[in-house]
Amino acid sequence: MKVRIDPEICQGQGRCFSIAPQIFDFDELGNGVVLGDGLLTSETIELARLAQANCPEHAVFIEDSP
Amino acid sequence: MSDVVDESVAHKTPVQDFAADWDHTDPQWVNDPYPIWDDLRERCPVAHTERYGGGWFPTTHEMVTSIANDTEHFTSRMVVVTHNKFPPNFIPAPVGGAPPITSDPPFHSIARRVILPAFAPGPVNALEPQIRALCNKHLDEMVGREFVDGGTDYAQFIPPGVIATMLGFPSEDEEIFRDIVHLVLDLIDLPTEVRGPLFEPMGEYFAKQIDDHIEYPRDDLTSYLLNVEVGGNKLERQHVAGTMVLILVAGIDTTWSAIGSAIWHLAQHPDDLARLVNEPELMPVAVEEFLRFYAPVTMARLVAEDHEFFGSPMKKDDWVLLGFPAANRDPKVFADADKFIIDRAANRHAAFGLGIHRCVGSNLARLELRVAIEEFIKRFPRFELADRDAVTWAPGQVRGPRHLPLRILP
Ligand code: HEM
Ligand code: SF4
Repeated sequence: MKVRIDPEICQGQGRCFSIAPQIFDFDELGNGVVLGDGLLTSETIELARLAQANCPEHAVFIEDSP
Repeated sequence: MSDVVDESVAHKTPVQDFAADWDHTDPQWVNDPYPIWDDLRERCPVAHTERYGGGWFPTTHEMVTSIANDTEHFTSRMVVVTHNKFPPNFIPAPVGGAPPITSDPPFHSIARRVILPAFAPGPVNALEPQIRALCNKHLDEMVGREFVDGGTDYAQFIPPGVIATMLGFPSEDEEIFRDIVHLVLDLIDLPTEVRGPLFEPMGEYFAKQIDDHIEYPRDDLTSYLLNVEVGGNKLERQHVAGTMVLILVAGIDTTWSAIGSAIWHLAQHPDDLARLVNEPELMPVAVEEFLRFYAPVTMARLVAEDHEFFGSPMKKDDWVLLGFPAANRDPKVFADADKFIIDRAANRHAAFGLGIHRCVGSNLARLELRVAIEEFIKRFPRFELADRDAVTWAPGQVRGPRHLPLRILP
């Protein structure tokens, strides 16, 4: 599984990187970005889901990775 | 000034039916809006009023989201409902009087990008020690007393102190800041002839600060705004002044209300208070629930063109009250929406708005709220309301307790 933030939808609400700093970071405008390749492990998947469930803009996507 | 208000409110007809005649300054709404919103959400769900020149109040999360994301049909030209949609010195969209909150696309993103870096997590988190010190300064003065006021002894001081430093305004001008906020956000019900002239001293105050910063540039937000270049040009002075007013107004009353509401809640829920005292790591999650449950900010839009919205015939220049706090109580989106759950895990609340106008100060507001509550409960691990009937609430679009008498328990 892989996590991604849609930069068109993200408004920098900052929930993702507060909840899961292992997975997300912020840029100089305060918008959310995914750290590294965004691939999720069995350890990080639940945290990514929690961040997703807290993003008010629905900008966090968790998808099957090939 | 407050005499003028009391007078104007006293002469109003009390609301009988909020579905057909809503008024967010009606005492019933000011004191406890939640039952009204729940009722409207089930019954309407878009309420209407002829007051303030006509307007709408949608109550579901779905509607609020859809309006916040539809800048074509809803303009941010005016975001505070008053009796006058076009004041004499009115600057129309896309710029508006207080960019970026009064701006529409495409100008909005230009004005917003200018201030975003100052409010990004990096610079904001650096303020934490200063905020903690400010909280403790006021707590020191309260210690040893059995009765304190969570509003007038504490909450009201935290945000102005922080904003004064950021803008580089003298911190002893705090009282002036609160007067400005009161004028812009609370005194909305005054007739235009009375309200208009009250703005003159505010304009003069900002002009003075700007002149002072032009003469003596400093490392603060005001000097930054005066010097920043967009596309090779500095911002117009009017733009700088408007943004400063916005930061001052948006940064003070809002966070003060959020801090006050959190204290109000804890004063009545000893179990939640004990949990926060014993499990400080719960704080970030609790802060989000405070923000959801007691979201202090309701913003407005004007209808940009005639259209039908969820069955309601909206006309150009009608007001729309964008109830983020009502959206946060929508049972379709939040399980047990009417319950305060201090460790609520999934919390997609809209307290900071949705879409392009998302609160620029949200990182700062969260920090102030968290630190203010942390320090308060460290000092006072047990307290209760001293007199429920003496609690007063700010009227209008930013809601929070103003007087909050507490008894400190041993
Ligand atoms: C708990 C405290 C706060 C709450 C609940 C809050 C809420 C909001 C909301 C709902 C909006 C959206 C307005 C709209 O859609 O028209 C907004 C916008 C804004 N807020 Fe806050 N706010 C808070 C604190 C602050 C602070 C501390 C600052 C800055 C010092 C600030 C600065 C702004 C600015 C500049 C905007 C305009 C953004 C834009 O139009 O792009 N706010 N706020
Ligand atoms: S929580 Fe959502 S809106 Fe906020 S920064 Fe993360 S992705 Fe962006």
